[in-house]
Amino acid sequence: MLRADNLSVRRGPCTVLADIDLHLQPGQVLGVLGPNGAGKSTLLGALSGELEAAAGSVTLDGRALGAWSGQERARRLAVLPQSSTLNFAFPVLDVVGMGRLPHASGRVRDGEIVAAALRAADAQHLRGRSYLALSGGERQRVHLARVLAQLWPGGEGQVLLLDEPTSALDPLHQHTTLQAVRDFASQGAAVLVILHDLNLAARYCDRILLLQRGRPHGYGTPDEVLQAEPLRQVFGLDVLIQRHPERGHPLIVAR
Amino acid sequence: MNPVFRPRPLLLALGALLLLAFWLSLALGPVSLPLGDTLLAALRLLGVPVGGAELQQAELILGQIRLPRSLLGLCVGAVLALSGVAMQGLFRNPLADPGLVGVAGGAALGAAIAIVGGSLIGGLPAAWSPYLLSFFAFGGGLLVTAIVYRFGRRDGQTHVATMLLAGVAMTAMSGAGVGLFTYLADDATLRSLTFWNLGSLNGASYPRLWPLLLVTLGVALWLPRRADALNALLLGESEARHLGFNVERIKLELVLCTALGVGAAVAAAGLIGFIGLVVPHLMRLLVGPDHRVLLPASLLAGASLLLLADLAARLVLAPAELPIGIITALLGGPFFLYLLVRGRA
Repeated sequence: MLRADNLSVRRGPCTVLADIDLHLQPGQVLGVLGPNGAGKSTLLGALSGELEAAAGSVTLDGRALGAWSGQERARRLAVLPQSSTLNFAFPVLDVVGMGRLPHASGRVRDGEIVAAALRAADAQHLRGRSYLALSGGERQRVHLARVLAQLWPGGEGQVLLLDEPTSALDPLHQHTTLQAVRDFASQGAAVLVILHDLNLAARYCDRILLLQRGRPHGYGTPDEVLQAEPLRQVFGLDVLIQRHPERGHPLIVAR
Repeated sequence: MNPVFRPRPLLLALGALLLLAFWLSLALGPVSLPLGDTLLAALRLLGVPVGGAELQQAELILGQIRLPRSLLGLCVGAVLALSGVAMQGLFRNPLADPGLVGVAGGAALGAAIAIVGGSLIGGLPAAWSPYLLSFFAFGGGLLVTAIVYRFGRRDGQTHVATMLLAGVAMTAMSGAGVGLFTYLADDATLRSLTFWNLGSLNGASYPRLWPLLLVTLGVALWLPRRADALNALLLGESEARHLGFNVERIKLELVLCTALGVGAAVAAAGLIGFIGLVVPHLMRLLVGPDHRVLLPASLLAGASLLLLADLAARLVLAPAELPIGIITALLGGPFFLYLLVRGRA
């Protein structure tokens, strides 16, 4: 599984991330929370091998991330970036199909997987459209389908890293998307998801990492981390913690 | 904006268009040959014993003049269009031109050095001068591209935006160099320099054809192997990395293919604009952006278009000849404007 030990990242003279110890567990969803500029995307960059670690290490199955070949790694680790710069009129099917590029599973199997991933991301009705004709939220769901297709069906040993997958989505699709991510994790994949909505994190994450100025401020279950005092310290926001009347997870309300 | 054509019919149609353009380009010219005779003479050149003595003249014209010229046109068009696809993929911008990395500017400077420098030292040996010209143009293109690429490298990564700006700067500097040599040139040299800058297939010969043919084959065989990587690159560089591609290596390959391809094309036929920009763009409108289809389609269309443009250059003012760059720019310019207006709508 993906593991970070004593990870730190520097950007020029500044240390933008330090003292990160993480172990992504199979079947679990880890939420990463923190204010703007707390180092969430930097963490994701370091965990995906995009950014070099100044100290510490990132390992996948005990092997340093850099020691994996590109294709081998891509079959195990998929990353959804915050936004995409795709500016060409690919049909949606082709965009999602690119998730299958690291594999040699054949056209028929790829077609089935693309269809299943599109269904999971609730984007199957977009399949024939041109990517450029989609709205921001629809594009986000198409890219989610793409990274799901890259790991489909998502067994144990696979890792999915998501950077704010719900930022452009309407309320319904915020929930359907995170539910799809949960379902994907229940097949055995380990998931890390950066979120801004505390209540979504409380509902869909097994564990939560709270980041403040590049350092962990809290790490544990939603019940342990999502409490008034740490949230006030990290976000500078006064909150009340209630219970969800039906589900029992913490419900965070600004005072 | 869904693609208009399915890949297979389009590729077949483009293949047929290329055959037709090649055939016409063999047959038509100051001495036009009947189409049937052209075909028979071409078969005779290939060693098929058809027809009789009456085909000898046609065979001679074909073998000595038309065939090297048509093959040269085919290669130039194909390699310029392929390089255009590579650059538009690398810069993830459908309006990128193969000249962006400085190869065309560098080749023009190399040619100016050879043409004007040669005349300043009292004229190059006549037997060598076309080859020296090609050599300098090719070398100039490669050298400037290498400098531009070097400027784009930082911390083991190639920054394409920096490279693009470095390309603009190096092209401007090459232009200044060409300007200086233009200033130094006498009237006769000035004329050959100007004509070179407008491009022409006029100097076609087998010795000039072989290096370009080799480079074109190389590029045409190599780039399609990178079609998936080019597709992934359009998502973004980090997305392509996350899909398992060695992005730094791909970028180097794309720049290298373009520098070799455009360098060799410019060395053989001078500066021929707009093919590299317009052909990939047009093909993208017809079949969509998938490089697995876009690359072969652009190859066929670029070769056809250049052969047809060369035909026009030969026939419009026959027996005089227009520089082909005038034709391609006349066709390409309005088309480019049309794309701009269409994009705005």
